[in-house]
Amino acid sequence: MDQYTTHTGVGVPLKRSDIDTDQIIPAVYLKRISRSGFEDGLFANWRKDPEFILNSEVYKNGTVLVAGPDFGTGSSREHAVWALQDYGFKVVISSRFGDIFRGNSGKAGLLAAQVDEKVVQKLWDYLDHTPGGQITVDLETQTVTAGDSLKESFEIDPHTRTRLLNGLDDISLTLSHDAEIVSYEASRPAWKPTTL
Amino acid sequence: MGQTLAEKVWNEHVVRSAPGEPDLLYIDLHLIHELSSAQAFDGLRAAGRTVRRPELTLATEDHNVPTLAWDEPISDPVSRTQVETLRNNAAEFGLRLHPLGDVDQGIVHVIGPQLGLTQPGMTIVCGDSHTATHGAFGAIAFGIGTSEVEHVLATQALPQAKPRTLAVTVHGSLSTGVSAKDLILHLISKVGTSGGQGYIVEYRGQAIRELSMEGRMTICNMSIEWGAKAGLIGPDETTFAYIKDKPEAPTGAVWDAAVAHWETLVTDEDAVFDKEIVLDAAEVTPFVTWGTNPGQGAPLSAAVPDPADFEDEQDRAAAEKALDYMGLAAGTPLRNIKVDTVFIGSCTNGRIEDLRAAAAVLRGRKVAGDTRLLVVPGSFRVRLQAQEEGLDKVFIDAGAEWRGAGCSMCTAVNPDSLRPGERSASTSNRNFEGRQGAGSRTHLVSPQVAAATAVRGTLASPADLEPSFI
Ligand code: SF4
Repeated sequence: MDQYTTHTGVGVPLKRSDIDTDQIIPAVYLKRISRSGFEDGLFANWRKDPEFILNSEVYKNGTVLVAGPDFGTGSSREHAVWALQDYGFKVVISSRFGDIFRGNSGKAGLLAAQVDEKVVQKLWDYLDHTPGGQITVDLETQTVTAGDSLKESFEIDPHTRTRLLNGLDDISLTLSHDAEIVSYEASRPAWKPTTL
Repeated sequence: MGQTLAEKVWNEHVVRSAPGEPDLLYIDLHLIHELSSAQAFDGLRAAGRTVRRPELTLATEDHNVPTLAWDEPISDPVSRTQVETLRNNAAEFGLRLHPLGDVDQGIVHVIGPQLGLTQPGMTIVCGDSHTATHGAFGAIAFGIGTSEVEHVLATQALPQAKPRTLAVTVHGSLSTGVSAKDLILHLISKVGTSGGQGYIVEYRGQAIRELSMEGRMTICNMSIEWGAKAGLIGPDETTFAYIKDKPEAPTGAVWDAAVAHWETLVTDEDAVFDKEIVLDAAEVTPFVTWGTNPGQGAPLSAAVPDPADFEDEQDRAAAEKALDYMGLAAGTPLRNIKVDTVFIGSCTNGRIEDLRAAAAVLRGRKVAGDTRLLVVPGSFRVRLQAQEEGLDKVFIDAGAEWRGAGCSMCTAVNPDSLRPGERSASTSNRNFEGRQGAGSRTHLVSPQVAAATAVRGTLASPADLEPSFI
C-alpha cells in the first residue's frame, strides 16, 4: 500500500446525511470481479440528476468529499470505497462513519477523517463561498485546513493512522504474528465445528 | 467484576493483545459468497498466499442467483461470471461450496445455522453486513469488507478494536400477532440508525427469551441497521435444542462437552454494560417503515408523519427527502398505502417459521388482483421443508409465486427487482433508495404483515382481514 502523509485537492460538499453504501454504489454495479472500474457506479442514481453536485464542472476534479453525518452506513460492500477511489477521491470528511465503511477505508487507503459536525458546516460554508476551493488534509498532524483561516483537527484511530503513514500491509502484519496464531490454534477446543 | 457474554466470547478469541494495537482475534468460521470474494482471492493469488484453514471456511451462492430456472445456466452473463469465479476459487483453494442446485445452497446466514455450523461462543465473519444474524446463538458475528475477507483467508485472524457493550433489555411478553420483526423495527425507530454505533449489543429480557431461534435471528440480523457492530443473545435451552441433531452439530460425549461450555456463556450478574436500553414488549405493535432508512418507521395503525413535526433539523430534512422519494403525503394512514409487490424472504425473514407465519395468514385467502406476491425461501432446505408441510400449496393457491432460494429481491442483483416507482412491502431489512431496483419504494414489514398486505393490496395486519373460513 502507498504511504499517505498529506493531500490537497478540490473539496466537494455533499450535503446529505445517512449516505448508505447502497447510495454510494448501487448493488447492480457490484458484479465486476476485478478491483478497478467502479467509478461508473459511484452515486449512480444521483448522478442521473443534472443538478447533482458531481455533475458540476467546478467539482469535476474533486478529491476531498465533505459529507453529512452517518456516511457509509449499511452494506459492507468495500466496492463503496473502491468507487470513491476509482473516481478520484482521496479523503472523505464526515462527523460520523459507518463502522464497516471506516474499516474498509483504512484497509484500502482512502482516508476517512472524522471531524466535529461544526467543522463539516464550516467546510461547507467555505466551499459555498469558494466553489472549487482546495482543502488540505494532513495525516501527520491530523489537521484539515482550507482557505486562510480554517484549521481544524480530525480523528482517526491511531492504528489505522500508523498503517497509512507507513504504507503497511495489514495481512503481512498479522502474518508476522504467526507463532501466536499457531499457539492459539493448538489450544482451540476439539469440538469446534469444521466444514470439511 | 463479572463479564458480559460479548466480553467472554471476545476474550476467548484473542490471539494477541498489545497496547496501542487492536486485538488480534481468531476466527472460528468464515462464510463466503460470490458478491464480495472475487477480489479477495485475486489478492491472495497476487501475494502468493493460500487459504490458511479451508476447514473453517464455507462458501455458497446466494446474492446473484436466479430464483427461477435454477437448474439452467445463469442467463445474465455478469452474474454467471461472478458465480463461476467463486466455483473456480473454491476448487482451487479446496473450499466447501454449496452451489446453485445443491440441497444445502441458500442465503449464507440461513445455511450456517441450518447446517449446525453456527454455534454458541464462536467468532463468525462474512463479507456481508448481516452476519450478526449468527449472534442469535451467542456468537460474535460481524460483517467485513473484501480486504478483510482476504485477511481472514490468509491468516484466519483479524485485527479488531474491542467495541463497547450495550444491553437492550425487553421486559414482558410480545402480544399475540406481534413478531420479532415488529420488535426490532420498533427499537430502531426509537434509537435511530446510528444508536448502536461502536457497540456489541446483547438483546435480553423476557421477550427475547421467549423468542424461537428464528425470531432471535431476525432480531440479531438487523443489528447493523442501527449501527451496531454485532448483536447477540445468550444461549439457552432453546438454542441447544435447535442445534442438536443438525448435520454438523457435535454428538455424544463431544456434545456434552460443548454444552457444558456453552452454559458458561451468559452475562454475569455483576457485569456492567457501557450502555443500557430498556423496552417494554407490551408497547410493541405491528410496525412498518414509511421512509428510506430502517429507522423511519411507525406502528401500522399510525399515519405517514409530517416532517414539520420533527424537532431535529436533520431528521426533518431526511423525512422530507424520504417522503418525496417514497411518493407519500404526510397524514396518509399507513393502512391506505397501496402496494404493488409483496416480497417474503431474505436472511431476515426467509426461514421456515417465517413461511409458516405467512402461510397461516394466506390459507384460504387470495392475493389481491393487482398485487404480486413473491415467496422466496432463504435456503433450498427451507423450500423442501415448506413443501413437506404443504406450505407451497397454500402460497400457490393464494396466487403467489413460489421461488427457489437466494437473496432475490432483498438487494435485486439477480433478476428479481422492482420497476422505478414500484412500491413493495418487504420482509427484508433495508428500505434504502433504490435497494430493490432503481427508483424502487420499499416498506419493511413482518411476514404476517406482508401476507395480510398481499391479500388486501394495502399495508395491513392479519387483524384487518375478513375471517377466512378454512
Ligand atoms: S438476503 Fe439481503 S441482507 Fe441478507 S445476505 Fe442476502 S442481500 Fe444481504
